[in-house]
Amino acid sequence: MSTEVSTAIAVSGLRKEYDGGILAVDGVDLEVAAGEVYALLGHNGAGKSTTVEILEGHRTRTAGSVAVLGLDPAREGRALRDRIGIVLQSSGIEPSLTVREAVEIYGSCYSTRRPVAEAIELAGLADQADQRVGSLSGGQQRRVDFALGIVGRPEVLFLDEPTTGFDPAARRSAWEVVSGLGAGGTTVLLTTHYLEEAEHLADRVGVLAHGRMVAEGTPAELIGSRGGAVVSFALPDGVEPAELDGVVPRDARIAGRQVDIATATPTADLARLTAWAVGRGVELDGLRVHQPTLEDVFLELAGEREVAR
Amino acid sequence: MSAARLVVVQVRYQLKVFMRSPVAVFFTVMFPVLMLVLMNALFAGDADIEGPGGEAWPVQQFYVGGLSAFAAVSATFTNLANVVPVRRDDGILKRWRSTPLPAWACIAGYVGSATIVAAVGVALTWGLGVAFYDITIDVAKLPVAVLTFVLAVGSFAALGLAVASLIRTAESAPAVANAIILPLGFVSSVFVPTADPPAWMAFLGDAFPLKPFAETFQDVFNPFVDPPAFVAHRLIRIAAWGVVGVAIALWRFRWEPHRTSGAPGRRRGRGRGRQAPATTSG
Ligand SMILES: Nc1ncnc2c1ncn2[C@@H]1O[C@H](COP(=O)(O)OP(=O)(O)OP(=O)(O)O)[C@@H](O)[C@H]1O
Ligand SMILES: [Mg+2]
Repeated sequence: MSTEVSTAIAVSGLRKEYDGGILAVDGVDLEVAAGEVYALLGHNGAGKSTTVEILEGHRTRTAGSVAVLGLDPAREGRALRDRIGIVLQSSGIEPSLTVREAVEIYGSCYSTRRPVAEAIELAGLADQADQRVGSLSGGQQRRVDFALGIVGRPEVLFLDEPTTGFDPAARRSAWEVVSGLGAGGTTVLLTTHYLEEAEHLADRVGVLAHGRMVAEGTPAELIGSRGGAVVSFALPDGVEPAELDGVVPRDARIAGRQVDIATATPTADLARLTAWAVGRGVELDGLRVHQPTLEDVFLELAGEREVAR
Repeated sequence: MSAARLVVVQVRYQLKVFMRSPVAVFFTVMFPVLMLVLMNALFAGDADIEGPGGEAWPVQQFYVGGLSAFAAVSATFTNLANVVPVRRDDGILKRWRSTPLPAWACIAGYVGSATIVAAVGVALTWGLGVAFYDITIDVAKLPVAVLTFVLAVGSFAALGLAVASLIRTAESAPAVANAIILPLGFVSSVFVPTADPPAWMAFLGDAFPLKPFAETFQDVFNPFVDPPAFVAHRLIRIAAWGVVGVAIALWRFRWEPHRTSGAPGRRRGRGRGRQAPATTSG
C-alpha cells in the first residue's frame, strides 16, 4: 500500500523493439517517487522518447512491466491520461486557434483542470493569449505545448525536451515553473539535452545509452562518483591533435579545438601538459582545472559506451 | 463531462478551425455552388433531358439534385480525406491522443462538423435552385431525401476517414481525394446528364455510392417521379459502402505521423549524437 502511494512511476525490464529489429530500449528499470523530478539524459536515439512514450501510452512495449500511478498505460490509457500531463517532443496545435482557445479546448476534456488564464500565465504566454498559435515564434509555440501539458493539473508530468528552442531567460522561467510544480507534489519525468537543466531541476538523473540505463543518481552523486577533476584548454593554432599523443591520457576528449581531460590525477597530468607546452613554445589558452560538471560525466559515460562497442 | 458535451465541444472546435481556413471553405462549400451556377449558365437553354419514362425533364432540376449531393460529398468525403492526414502529419491527432479525450469523441467531432457543413452545402444549392432555377421541392419526397442524406453523409464521412487512413502523407491527400471523386462525379451523372451511358460507365456508377445518392436527390425535383421516391437498393448501396469505410478506418486509422521510410537515424547506432566525443585514441 505505502509503496503504491509513494511510487509514481515503476518500470522494470522494459524493452522495445521496433519493426525492422531496431532495439530502442533494452532492459530499462526505473522508479520515480511521487513528487520527484527525474531527468532522463542520453544521446540522440538513446531511447528517451521511446521510453517516455511507452509510459504515456503512446507506444506499445515489447516486454517488461510498467505502472504509472498504479495504472498500465497500455491497458488503462484513458484513465491514466486524465491524471497525467504530456509535452511531446514534437506535436502540433491548429495554427488558426488562439492560445486561449487552444488551452480552453484541449483543457476541456480533463476532469480536473487549471483555470485557463493560470495555465497561460504559468507558461509565460500572458501577452500572447489572444494571438493565433500559428503566428507565434518557435519558442512561444513550445510554451503553448507546455500550457496544454499542465492545464489538466497532472499528478505526473512528462516533458520530452521541453525547453528546446527557448531563449535563456525563458528556459530559466520554465525551470522555475517546473520546480514549483515539483515542490507542489507533481511528479516530473523530463528528458533533456541540456545538462545544466538536469543539474538545476532534477532530484535524480538517469543516463540512457543505446537503450540501457548506464548511470543513475542525484546530480551530486553522479558527479561525485567520477571523482577527480577536469583539465581543460584550447588546442593552440598550428598544433595537430596527434601531437598530444602521450602528453594527455588516451581518453581525453577533443571537440574542435577544445580539449577536456577528466582525470583522477590532475596534478600529474597538468605537469606533463605544461612541460610539453613550454618545451613546444606554445601558450595554452583557457587552461584551467575544474570540478567535473554533469556534462563531463555524461560525455565520459557516452565515451565509455563508444569504446565498449 | 458528459459524452454529449464532449462531442459538442469537438464539433464546435472543428467548425471554428474549418471556418478559419478560407481555402477549405471555398472548395467544400462554394465550389459545388459555383458548379451549379456555371452548369446552369452553360446548359440551361439546352433541350430538356429525357426522363426515366421518356418525359421531358428540365436540366436545372437535374443539376440542383446532383450538385447538392456532390456538395454533401465534398463536405464529408473530400474534406475529411484532405484534412485528417494534415492533422495527423502535423502531430495534432497525437496531441489529442495525449489527452483523456476518447477516440470516438474526436472522430465524432470530425464527422459531426462535416455533417453540418454538408447540410449547409445542400441548403445553399437547394435554396439557389428555388430562388433562381425554378425548382419546386415536393414536400412528400423530403422524408426519403433526409433519410438518404443522413445515410450518405455517414457513409461518405466513413469513406473519407478510410482514404485518410490509407494515405501516407498529407501532400498526396488532395490529389488522391480528387482523383477519386471527380471521375466518380462524371460516371455518376452528377456533372453531365448521361441518358444512355456506355455499359462500363453505367457499371461504375452503379458500383459506387455517389450515383444512388445523386439519383435520390434528383428524384426529389423530378415531377415524373411519384412520392415518396423511396428506392431501397439505393440506400442499401450507400450503406454498404459506409460499412466498407468504417472497416478500413478501424483497421488502418493512425494517430501518429507515418515515419518516412529510410529516414536518417532510423537504424540503431547510426549517428552517435551531438554529444558524442572525439577521442584521441586510435
Ligand atoms: N516509430 C519508430 N519506428 C522505428 N524506429 C524508431 C521509431 N521511433 C524511434 N525509433 C528508433 O529508436 C531509437 C530510439 O529513438 P528515440 O526517439 O527513443 O530516441 P531519443 O533518445 O528520444 O533521441 P533524441 O534525443 O534524438 O530525441 C532510434 O534508433 C530511432 O531511430
Ligand atoms: Mg527524443
